Parts: sequence; structure tokens; C-alpha cells
Amino acid sequence: MHRATGAARAPCLSSPEGFQGALIFCDSASIRVGEPTSNLKLRAGQLSAKQREKGVRMPIVLRRYVNQRFLWRLVSLCLVFGAWELAGRKPISIAFPTFSSTMLALADLIKEGTLSSAYAVTLQPLAIGVLIIGILGVVCGIAMGLSRTFEWFTLPVFIIVQSAPMAALIPLITFLYGIGLAAKVLAVVLMAAPVIVLNSYKGIRNVNPSLIQMSRSFLGNRQQEIAKIIIPDASGLIFAGLRLGVASGFIGVVLAELLITPTGIGDLITYYRAIAEYPSMFASITSIIVFATVTVSLLQWLENILFRPERRGS
Amino acid sequence: MGGISRRASELAKEENNNMQNSPIIEVRGISKTYEGGCEALRNLNMAFPRGELTTLLGPSGCGKTTLLKIIAGLLELTRGEVLIEGKKVDGPGPERAFVFQDFALMPWATVLRNVAFGLELRQVPKKERLEIARKYIDEVGLSGFETSYPHELSGGMRQRVGLARALAVDAEILLMDEPFASVDEQTRRKFQEDLLGLLETEKKTVVFVTHSIEEAIYLSDQVALMTPRPGSIMKIVNTKTERGRNPEEVRRDKKYLDCVEDLWQILKQYLV
Repeated sequence: MHRATGAARAPCLSSPEGFQGALIFCDSASIRVGEPTSNLKLRAGQLSAKQREKGVRMPIVLRRYVNQRFLWRLVSLCLVFGAWELAGRKPISIAFPTFSSTMLALADLIKEGTLSSAYAVTLQPLAIGVLIIGILGVVCGIAMGLSRTFEWFTLPVFIIVQSAPMAALIPLITFLYGIGLAAKVLAVVLMAAPVIVLNSYKGIRNVNPSLIQMSRSFLGNRQQEIAKIIIPDASGLIFAGLRLGVASGFIGVVLAELLITPTGIGDLITYYRAIAEYPSMFASITSIIVFATVTVSLLQWLENILFRPERRGS
Repeated sequence: MGGISRRASELAKEENNNMQNSPIIEVRGISKTYEGGCEALRNLNMAFPRGELTTLLGPSGCGKTTLLKIIAGLLELTRGEVLIEGKKVDGPGPERAFVFQDFALMPWATVLRNVAFGLELRQVPKKERLEIARKYIDEVGLSGFETSYPHELSGGMRQRVGLARALAVDAEILLMDEPFASVDEQTRRKFQEDLLGLLETEKKTVVFVTHSIEEAIYLSDQVALMTPRPGSIMKIVNTKTERGRNPEEVRRDKKYLDCVEDLWQILKQYLV
């Protein structure tokens, strides 16, 4: 019985995961792409003789660029929601509500307070799990990057864990840790660990070697080299790993709530599916997608404010 | 080999009649083979006279940068020894400062902190080191940019930061690894002129790596020509031009142009 419902849930389950996947992809792409464009801008700056004058004019151009990007995003969202509305009206399936009815259901859920109490439950394992793996994972990744022995010892495990479908381990977690909070925290940790650890590790390994030579040539000792050069230079990739880790943590917590015991947002999805109230079910799914996106974007913003003084101005 | 070192010491005697004529840097029988069997240097001997600018010039891949990094103590050598002030060294030291080809600036730090970084590593108190850094930022012509970040500067300006950082630690020896390689031609010319002006007041011993013949002759007191890999010193050419002359005059000078041509004829034979 339990297993049968699990299988039936699979289609609706794949939708938040698929969306998360797309989000992760965009996110890492923007990191890669960000670098060359800033370089290009610099090249252009180098060529112009009156660089300072250009510096004054730049913001206006930039603002227009940002506005245009915002416009295109809006258009893209409208297209997606429009297609959703049409598909719901056609309808492609009786279980597929329109965009407008989903939004109305979402408003109701918020008004009744159902959503906030569900999130209060869901966020608990998520926050605990992310906190644990955020600290442990970064420390472990840094240690792997700094010590060949530790790398040799742990890297294969994380490469396996990264490529293995961790969702398949969730039944095993239930077997070992029962259906309580611990099992859900562990699901979050397992989902988020590989990306956090491997990103921190790669960050340390990809530190600009000439900065390290610079530190050595100016008589920096190993501690100074790690604290003043290696960790700051790796921090971009470490933070990217943390952001992706939080995104994976969301996958973990939703999986746990759907597969272990229905609580929080997983309970809402399961419940509304069971009573065939599809707009409310989709509203719950939409809410977790929006929540995850906003959280991850906020983390990026926070990183820029707190740790990237060189990016704040530009 | 013996002839070259004898010649170098003769040169040193000639030019530094009044100064101590012991070379400040001496490399003896240096060989360097990289992991994987690539032999970069073979039994290289050379003396660098105090207070002069010596350029290492040679075909690409001849180990110029390897030699410079060995002198800096950044690379281990396979055989031989490096003597600074007659003492054997096997690592970086406070009397040597390095200027990097790719600038090696910390992108997250301001110009001021970058310039003061050598002193920060030496744990000089903050107020003192920032004061010293400001002085050298001014000296390399970057005042007003103290709070800028490296990505806001042009290539030439970034290398000025690299130079200021090397000057700020007050080392006697400046090791410059193709410092103008990633700087455009016009900026490079201006920078070369400024560098000569700076060295006039700072009185440093400079070892300079370049692949530009013009740059080598324009800047240096002597040019050490290197053979292709495995590199060793082929010839040392005295290129001392009278300092303090108008820079444009030097570039038009017959002797300067002849020297460029001579070195080109020597180097040409190594090119396919």
C-alpha cells in the first residue's frame, strides 16, 4: 500500500525536482559566464584612453541593461504562466489545474495559515541539515583541498555519492533512523553533502597558483597563505557550493516528506492529491519552488553584500 | 663557462670601480630538471653586479623565468647553488622582491591592501604599512586609486600596483618576470621610461626577464643571452646607455639600434 502510493506520486514529484535541476543549471552557468563578460568589459576599458569618463557613464548603460534583462525575465515568466493557463483550460489532464485557479488556491492557503504552519514543520529538518552539512562539508572540502592524504582518503567516496541517486537511499534511512526528525535531517545532509564538499575542494584546488607564489615570495608562511590567499580565493566556489547545497537540501527535505512520513509541505501535497484538490496541490508545489528560488537568490545577494566588496561597486 | 664568469667579473670591476665589486647575486652550476624529465637549465653560471639592471633574454622556453624563480627561491633546483651577498640561500628572502608577469594581485583587496600585502605578511602594524604603501602608490603614479580594486584598473596600472608592492618591502633586489608582457605597447613604453626614473632614485639591483630585444637593450646595463633549452648563459652584452638622457634620443641612438640588430642576428639562428 505504502509502496504503491509512492510510485503514484512519482510524476508530481518529478516536477519540483526538474525545476530545481533547471535552477541549479542556470545558477552554475551564470557563475561561469560572469567571468568572461567582466573580462571583456575590462579589455574595453583598457583600450579607451579616457577611462574615468567612461566610469561615470557606465552606470546608465548598466541600468538600461539591467532593466532590459528584467523585462525579458518578465516576458519569459508570462509565457510560461500563459502556457500553463492554456494547458489547464484545454485541459491536458483532469489533474492539471489552470494557473489562475492554482494562484487562487495559493492565496487561500496563505490566508488560512495552512502554508505557514506547513513551512514551520518543513524548515526544521532543512535548517538543521543545512547548518550541519554547511559547516562540516566546507571544512571537509577545504581539508581535502589542502591535504593530499585526506584527498586520497575521501575523494572517491564523494565522487560515488555525487553520482549515486541518493533518493534510493531514503528507504534505507527510514530503516536505520525511523520516521522522525533525524531521518529527515539525514536526507537533507545526504542530498546536500556532495555538492558542498566537492565545490569547496575544487575551490581550494583551483586557487590561482601565482597568488600562492606571490605569498611565498613575500615570505608568507603556510598559515598566512591559507588564511589570506587560499580561502579568500576559493570562497567564490565555496559559496556557490553552499547555494547549490541549499537547493539540494530542498530536494532532500521534500523527498523525505513525501517518502518517509508526510509532514509539512509534503503532507499538503500528499493530502490534496488524495482528496483530488489539484489546485491546492499545485499551489503547494509552486510555493516550495518559489521559496527555494528566493532563498537561493537571497544567499547570493547576501554573499555579495558581506563578502564581495569588489563586486558591490560594479 | 669560465670565460663568461671571468668576463662578468671584469665587467663588474669596470663599472663599479668605487663600489664593492662583489656581485650581489651569484648562481653556480645550476641545473633544473622538471618532474617529467623536462630539462630547463643546464650548468648555468652567472653573476649579477650590484645596483645594475641585468636582463635575461633568449628564445621562448629557454628557462629565463625558471632561472628567475630559482633566484627568487620559488623553485627548487636540481643541482648547483644560489648565493645572495655571498651566502647560500634555498628559499625566498627579505632582500628579494618579485614582480609577476600576471600581476598576482588579490582581486578581493583594494590597491592599498595589495601594495601593503608584503608588509602585512611581515606583520608590520597596520598604520605603518598603509603609510608606506601610500608612499609607493604615489611613487608609481597611482595616487587617487588607493581604494580601487584591481579589476577596475587597466593592465598597465595593475602592474604598477605589482611594482609598488615589490618596492614597499624595501628589498635590495627586484626580480621582474616579463612584467610588461600583458601590457599594451604604448603603456609599456611609458612604463619602461617610468621604471628607469624610479630606479634612478631607488637604487636597486634588478633582474629582468623579457623576450623583447628592444626592451632588454633600452632598460638594461647588461643583457645575458641564453641558449635554447636546456638553457645556459651564452653571452653577456654590456648595453649600458648613459642614463638621464632623453628617452626618445636613446631610441633613435645609432648605438642602440646597432645593438638591437646585433642581438637579433645572434638570436635568429635559434629560430626555425
